[in-house]
Amino acid sequence: MSWEPVIGLEVHVQLSTRTKMFCGCELSFGDPPNVHTCSVCLGLPGSLPVANERAVQYALKIGLALECELAPRSIFHRKNYFYPDLSKGYQISQYDEPLCRGGRLGDVRIHRVHLEEDAAKLVHLGQSGRIHGSDRSVVDFNRGGTPLVEIVTEPDLRTPEDAREWLVLLRNTLRQLAVSDVNMEEGSLRCDANVSVRQAGTAELGTKTELKNMNSFRFVERGIRAEVERQVGLLESGQNVVQETLHFDPQGGTLTPLRSKEEAHDYRYFPEPDLVPVRVTEEMVAAARAELPELPAARAERYLELELSADTARRFAYRPDLGDYFERALAVAAAGDGADVSAQSLANWVAELASQLDDADPAESKVAPEALARLAGLVTGRGVTSAVAQQVLGRLVAEGGDPAAIVEAESLATIGGGGELEETVRAAIEANPDAAERVRAGKAEAIGPIVGYVMRETKGRADGGQVTRMVRERLGV
Amino acid sequence: MLDRSEVLHVARLARLRLTDEEVERMSRELSKVLDHIEKISELDLEGVPPTSHVVDVPGGLRADEPRPCLSREEALASAPAVAEGGFEVPSPGL
Amino acid sequence: MTLLALTAAQAAEQVRAGELAPAELWEAYRERAAADELNAFLWVADEAPASPADDAPLAGVPFAAKDLFCVRGVPSQAASRILEDYRPPYTATVVEQIVAAGAPVLGKTNQDEFAMGSSNENSGFGPVLNPWDRSRVPGGSSGGSAAAVAAGLAPWAIGTDTGGSIRQPAALCGVVGLKPTYGACSRYGMIAFASSLDQAGPLTRDVTDAALLFSAMVGKDHCDSTSVAFPEAVRRPRAEDLRGIRLGVPEELTSEAEGLEPGVRENFEATLRLAEELGAEVEPTRLPHAAHGLSAYYLIAPAEASSNLARYDGVRYGLRVEADGDLVDMYSRTRAAGFGPEVKRRIMLGTYALSAGYYDAYYGRAQRVRTKIAEDFAGAFERFDFVVTPTSPTVAFPLGARTDDPLAMYLADYCTVPMPLAGIPAISIPNGLSEGLPTSFQIAGPAFSENRILDAAYALEQAIGFDGSVPR
Ligand SMILES: [Zn+2]
Repeated sequence: MSWEPVIGLEVHVQLSTRTKMFCGCELSFGDPPNVHTCSVCLGLPGSLPVANERAVQYALKIGLALECELAPRSIFHRKNYFYPDLSKGYQISQYDEPLCRGGRLGDVRIHRVHLEEDAAKLVHLGQSGRIHGSDRSVVDFNRGGTPLVEIVTEPDLRTPEDAREWLVLLRNTLRQLAVSDVNMEEGSLRCDANVSVRQAGTAELGTKTELKNMNSFRFVERGIRAEVERQVGLLESGQNVVQETLHFDPQGGTLTPLRSKEEAHDYRYFPEPDLVPVRVTEEMVAAARAELPELPAARAERYLELELSADTARRFAYRPDLGDYFERALAVAAAGDGADVSAQSLANWVAELASQLDDADPAESKVAPEALARLAGLVTGRGVTSAVAQQVLGRLVAEGGDPAAIVEAESLATIGGGGELEETVRAAIEANPDAAERVRAGKAEAIGPIVGYVMRETKGRADGGQVTRMVRERLGV
Repeated sequence: MLDRSEVLHVARLARLRLTDEEVERMSRELSKVLDHIEKISELDLEGVPPTSHVVDVPGGLRADEPRPCLSREEALASAPAVAEGGFEVPSPGL
Repeated sequence: MTLLALTAAQAAEQVRAGELAPAELWEAYRERAAADELNAFLWVADEAPASPADDAPLAGVPFAAKDLFCVRGVPSQAASRILEDYRPPYTATVVEQIVAAGAPVLGKTNQDEFAMGSSNENSGFGPVLNPWDRSRVPGGSSGGSAAAVAAGLAPWAIGTDTGGSIRQPAALCGVVGLKPTYGACSRYGMIAFASSLDQAGPLTRDVTDAALLFSAMVGKDHCDSTSVAFPEAVRRPRAEDLRGIRLGVPEELTSEAEGLEPGVRENFEATLRLAEELGAEVEPTRLPHAAHGLSAYYLIAPAEASSNLARYDGVRYGLRVEADGDLVDMYSRTRAAGFGPEVKRRIMLGTYALSAGYYDAYYGRAQRVRTKIAEDFAGAFERFDFVVTPTSPTVAFPLGARTDDPLAMYLADYCTVPMPLAGIPAISIPNGLSEGLPTSFQIAGPAFSENRILDAAYALEQAIGFDGSVPR
């Protein structure tokens, strides 16, 4: 029996506005506690919230980028519960009339996008003397009221890897929109996952659990994988999955249920009377649209037109750093007088560079796009072999510089026909008499050791095709 | 209408500690008020939209411009308990 | 004591004319307020204010503010023990505007705790006594403001009205009370009871004073997104008759109203006849859903209050009671100790009305009733300029008479609750005495019709000639 995971994500994004969602306090990171507060974000008696125009605009940009339907009128609700990090006894959020609904990013449908306010920070103090032996905490309201956008997907993801990859795509999209720092480690991007499993081929959804506290892309993948395994284990041993919220501990990779409070789900939502409905005008939408950069879907489309493979187009579109680097290299190659490098082969070299860089942003490496374009040109023009080019790339990554100069200085240029190669081929056949015999007897694949000898002797500077031709000629096949 | 267990449930939601006598009184008094309120269940309100805001003024948004904050001393001035520059509370468990 | 006999507008004129020193006025009222025997004041200023600017419209005539208005550094407790001696770091917009117009804060007045009540007996600091008869309630929740103005302890005062909390105490104390259109005055800095209903307004000796004080209170406030720019200047009322004015008398709130006292009814009918003599057309009308106003109100207001009062949790300000270091226990003990019985009752009612499984039947339904009530008024205003009713079905009742029967207490708001549900303005003016106690006449008009309401009220006031001087 095979099981299929069904995964949906709930992503919280802190917006990089200047001020908080409902008051004029400046956003801050790392400041001493309680220096960015006012009557509103402290929930003082008599204070009233007023929504931040730029936060609404950022949310509209996100909605447009995710191809959502934007509501011309949406309202805020109060979500009522008591917790020390909540200054008013309720969080102002959106409920049944969110700013954006529907939409899609990559292969995943978006359920909704809405605005809300972040909670304050609660710092555990440990046991303190005030009340003997009791466990104390302190609240810092600097973060309280930071604008948040919550993005909820449909349960369209099927593997933990896909979930991670999609989250990276979302991060990159939001980064391009310049609406958030989208940093998981710092908490400006937070992801919860709803996970269930079902028998492959069935349409019905299983009981889902909610995973919290996965504060890196790696942990998202690991947490979901652990939960899928746990659920499959339960079901295969005839037990049931219980609907609950689980806390992921990245250290041990374990999942612990959060103690469920009996009324945890009775949030008594009702329309926030202190805020008038948000009216999204055509002008607001037009202004948000005008600020949209090229988004991954459009970029992938453009790369396909350059005849990049579908995989490469998607990868470069989802990794705008690679896409940007590729485009700069392509511009140099097109403007240069070198060989006619195809877009795909240049893309392959960008991908090779990315892998040598361990997926870091190539723009921050020592390899200039011009250098990579020239290197690709050398290969296409048969000035160097691929094997040599790999070595040169390694040098560029380590030290930077100009590939042609490296080739020149290290005498790495491809060895053409002529006596030098002729002599090496002869020596190679002599050194591998058995192989030579088998090739003569018609076993073409036996040529390997002979060609390998030549490549070793020339340190990869010989063109493999040419060497093969010369060996076969000399052996009379 | 509103029995003892419902009163206790609602009191828990509202974070109100009630004495037994108060629970009994709440149950009696709130039931009487709810009986009166029940009259609205007789109205035909099919298709009537709810009013959550009597003014529906456009705009109502604030420019993203900073305003002065309170000093930490002002923020903490009325706090019942303070520690390490913050509002001290009993820890809420997980 | 002629100085104390002046209305606020008269005093302002004398100050401007150089006939009266603002400091003299201040000292006279400060002394009166400090010697308060009605428990109308919870705090009285002791520092003399700066002299008003020469052109200040309110010319240094001091005012009393209901305790729930935040005033920087001054106790602002909404008459609740949970906020005992709480001194906010900021001032309510409405108070700032009045002060900027030249009227200094004389003191903070007693009220029902968090504005929940119709008798002022729900104050955490003891009831206010009615100056007409100290064994009776002044009405509520702005009972301290109404009593202070009626007893001459303050030239004028501000209060808030959620279901009648300005108009009903004004009625029971024989003063004028205006509940403005929702949004006309900023709510910023007003400790909230029910946010979608709360409005600040003046309580004054006469209609002219009400217009003058109101003119300093209106305006769009960028700290309150529900506030609206008042569409015209607030004028001093001058109408001498009611020619061409059509008054609708809703049967649901008059002839069919439960518990309308005969004396109140007689005075109401006398005022209608007077209105006709002044040229008004008076006709019966219907507000078919008005009778359900009380039900809708007693769902919506407690629901919003249950949420508005969640912030009193012992963390950032106010009372904290802690026994064993447990958070939930700290919350529950703090709130149990800090809130009075009526506040607890409304928090319970509101929490219940919003809780899972009941929202649609209670809160959701109440909001639909609200829509119908607003439609009823809109329909009436197609035919009539104003809708008129008695303000309170009864005169001031004895202290303690209704404290054991919440429902009977709630019925005091019967005639005043439909207007805030529709967000429309209404004024209450005294129209006579019954058994030696004031009765009142209420005039409600469409949103932002305050100038016309004040004009009509002024014309009637002149014709009625009510003597507001409290028997001593
Ligand atoms: Zn703030």
